[in-house]
Amino acid sequence: MIDTNLVVGVCLLLPVLGAFLVLVFGSRPNVREAATLLTGGLTFWHVWGLLHHVREGARPRLELLEIVPGVQLAFEVEPLGLLFALVASFLWIVTTLYAIGYMRGHHEKNQTRFFFFFAIAIAGALGVAFSANLFTLFAFYEVLTLCTFPLVTHHQTDEARKAGRVYLGILLTTSVAFQLLAIIWTWQLADTVDFTEGGILSGTASNGVLSAILVLFVFGVGKAAVMPFHRWLPAAMVAPTPVSALLHAVAVVKAGVFTVLKVAVYIFGIDLLGTLAATTWLAWIAAATIILGSLVAFQKDNLKARLAYSTISQLSYIVLGALLANEWGVIGGGMHIAMHAFGKITLFFAAGAVLVAAHEKDISRMHGLGRRMPITFGAFFIGSLSIIGLPPAGGSWSKWFLGMGTLEAGQVGLLAVLMLSSLLGLYYLLEVPVKAFFFRPPDDAQRGKGIKEAPLPSLIAIGITASATVGFFFWPDLWHELMSMVVSGVTQ
Amino acid sequence: MTDHLPVLLVVVPLVAAPIAALLNHPRLSWAVAVAATLWTLYAGLELLSQTMASGVIHYELGGWAAPYGIEYVVDPLNAWVVVIVTLIGALIAPYARVSVEREITEDRIPLFYAAFILCLTGLLGIAVTGDVFNVFVFLEISSLSAYALIALGSDRRALTASFQYLIMGSVGATFIVIGIGLMYVMTGTLNMADLADRLPEVASSRTIPVAFTFLTVGITLKLALFPLHLWLPNAYTYAPSAVTAFIASTATKVAVYLLLRFFFTIFGATFSFDVMQLDRILMPLALIAIVAMSLVAIYQENVKRLLAYSSVAQIGYMVLGISFASVLGLTAGILHLFNHALMKGALFMSMGCVMYRVGSVRLERMNGLGRAMPWTMAAFVVGGLSLIGVPLTVGFVSKWYLVQAALEQGMWPVAGVVLLGSLLALMYVWKVVEVAYFREADPELGISEAPLSLLAPTWLLVLGNLYFGINASDSVGVATRAAEMLLGVLS
Repeated sequence: MIDTNLVVGVCLLLPVLGAFLVLVFGSRPNVREAATLLTGGLTFWHVWGLLHHVREGARPRLELLEIVPGVQLAFEVEPLGLLFALVASFLWIVTTLYAIGYMRGHHEKNQTRFFFFFAIAIAGALGVAFSANLFTLFAFYEVLTLCTFPLVTHHQTDEARKAGRVYLGILLTTSVAFQLLAIIWTWQLADTVDFTEGGILSGTASNGVLSAILVLFVFGVGKAAVMPFHRWLPAAMVAPTPVSALLHAVAVVKAGVFTVLKVAVYIFGIDLLGTLAATTWLAWIAAATIILGSLVAFQKDNLKARLAYSTISQLSYIVLGALLANEWGVIGGGMHIAMHAFGKITLFFAAGAVLVAAHEKDISRMHGLGRRMPITFGAFFIGSLSIIGLPPAGGSWSKWFLGMGTLEAGQVGLLAVLMLSSLLGLYYLLEVPVKAFFFRPPDDAQRGKGIKEAPLPSLIAIGITASATVGFFFWPDLWHELMSMVVSGVTQ
Repeated sequence: MTDHLPVLLVVVPLVAAPIAALLNHPRLSWAVAVAATLWTLYAGLELLSQTMASGVIHYELGGWAAPYGIEYVVDPLNAWVVVIVTLIGALIAPYARVSVEREITEDRIPLFYAAFILCLTGLLGIAVTGDVFNVFVFLEISSLSAYALIALGSDRRALTASFQYLIMGSVGATFIVIGIGLMYVMTGTLNMADLADRLPEVASSRTIPVAFTFLTVGITLKLALFPLHLWLPNAYTYAPSAVTAFIASTATKVAVYLLLRFFFTIFGATFSFDVMQLDRILMPLALIAIVAMSLVAIYQENVKRLLAYSSVAQIGYMVLGISFASVLGLTAGILHLFNHALMKGALFMSMGCVMYRVGSVRLERMNGLGRAMPWTMAAFVVGGLSLIGVPLTVGFVSKWYLVQAALEQGMWPVAGVVLLGSLLALMYVWKVVEVAYFREADPELGISEAPLSLLAPTWLLVLGNLYFGINASDSVGVATRAAEMLLGVLS
């Protein structure tokens, strides 16, 4: 039995190893994909193995080296990071399965490069999840930004180039100009950047300075897509669908909101956060993002664009959860990382399946497709329920806790925002399956002929995430338990 | 022999240069250059480890005791500069063989190596000497050989670029020698340590501030601080690739060293910053350099010229760090000497690879190179990321200290400018990346990857960018020691 601290390193190295296997077997697609699946499985198995230790109260820690005196490249597994790592590593396997069907069915080029950077991106996400200090987190945050750039611009067209500029421009600008400044400022005030239970900034500076740092953090984590720094996410939709599904519904965006939660809990500490002047109005900016994101999603006819704006809206739920500065909010926010991940990835899988099988991108042209692709649109329906927050889907739990958090904070207005956003979601998400199942196809004789369900690997993937979405309604215990550990540790 | 290392560091290449010229055979002269650079690298590393372990090394030339004879003094600061220069030299020499064969006519190659070794000699001499007139002598050796090296460029504009540099460089050297002369008039000594002792007595005279001013202008001209940088872009653009990579990573660094040596060791931080208020002039100029020169770089169509303007901006970072006159600030500046040598060396060397295969480094000729020359362009991307200051590269470490130094003094707008510089760097680096990776190459050109003898040294520097970005403890340690020593806070 190897040392549990080393398991952390194994979890990070496996995807990198997988990436190089992909390069080695680049000319033999079946071996290449088998290698990705195998490393994905092993990675998840090791991350899962850590769960047992964390439950027992252990915090496996791996210190690699000192980058500059006082600042280490170090990893530590705590419940919140483990939650993110479990979600990311599990969905990596499922997405690989899906991607096999999608990339081949869609005849994409440069598949080796695609799977290579995909694996590196997962390593980056796990690095973010397991970071023991802000410095390490920032390093992997940027790794994640850079290694997803070739994925976003996969098609290397002019459109991809422009989208890539927006993507990199916003993500790097916010992180370098705001987040890095906040990190160095924190380091100067607290003499440490380690994630510590109860926070490290309490009592180091005036309320005004700490508020400024909080603002820098919230806007500096561009991946959380709080308006007005959200434009990169719709831009990223030029990528192949598996990228949008795993990276821009799970790994990259969740790395953003995860960072916000982590900073809130382990750098500021909930108690301090509640006393800062900036917290309340930042919460209202998140609330505005929730509503505006939903309203824009309303108007998008392109399915992926609609899902992107829905993601922007949903991410701010988690940011809001952190900024409520109470236990309910943090639990709800953390659970929403998992719940939204499974729900939204199902939606993206379905959108990609429609693209591969029926070559349709626009919702208005999907009338009647439900009869040809019942599994796909059925899954879309389930995913929608979870995003809206209706039973029997997992999303209802996280929304429940978030709602409790707003009441605990005495912000009834924010509760109203959550309700309104759910109502909007009800319309803009359910419109898709309703049109697909109940509307008549425009020209029955010509269209729809020969349209079948998506390739089998993709269908299996859709099935897995859709069933998990339902499953988490009945068994949300794992996510709740992990988040309770985060909160109980903090308030001890 | 190790006792004589300080002088052998300079004498061995000084002797090797005429040998390379007299052999008059491309390959043999090249072999002499490689041997000489390897020797200097060994000597440099040895000196650094000695001075870090046991303090300052004094070496009296010919046994003449210090203020009368010439003395070589090696402390962590100049040992550090020596290591930077010799490291780049030892990588450029093997790189040069193939690159130079392509860019310089065969009959001039032996002379090229002779000039190259002489330039190295001059730079090392400036670094190790403890005598200000000696500084001037070595400055002329390195400058004259640099003019010759630049003039060897295959483009005819190399001649005017070299001439421009000759005029500007001579003005700078003259200013420096005037400054040295004025100091000599007032104190009667040329030894740095002796000058530092005697200057305070006469500091209230009119002459010493004038000497200080002449030296400031002369040195900032040599290190190409905005607005005295005008010679640099043309020189870097039209010089042979190997020369650009060498000079860009070493010559300006040695000039920055001179700035540190004169203003901290000789005049002392109190006189330079409290009396003469040097920071009032250095900091604004550094900030303008960072922003304005990065903006100019964005609009360049020739990648070597783009990188040249980027160098002027990066020099701004070094000078900015120095202008804080604090331990953190000096650490950042001294650290960036090394880090910038690593990144600019790698970037200019990758452009040398492009020059070798494509024959031009203009953007319109670089379409699709990401596919045709994957290793070369990957080197450029990593070097570029380092320039931007992405974590886990050396550029990030420099920035980490520079922003800290700014925040320490409560100058958060300055910290903002430093970070803004990163974003501008992103824009000009990405301009090249987009051309190389998003445009289709012309398949008829049949461009293939550069040969290994070019790629290997380039990638060694690239790996250096990553290694010293992930494990910066050593480089930060030396830089901190040097900074503490300059400010006299070291017990």
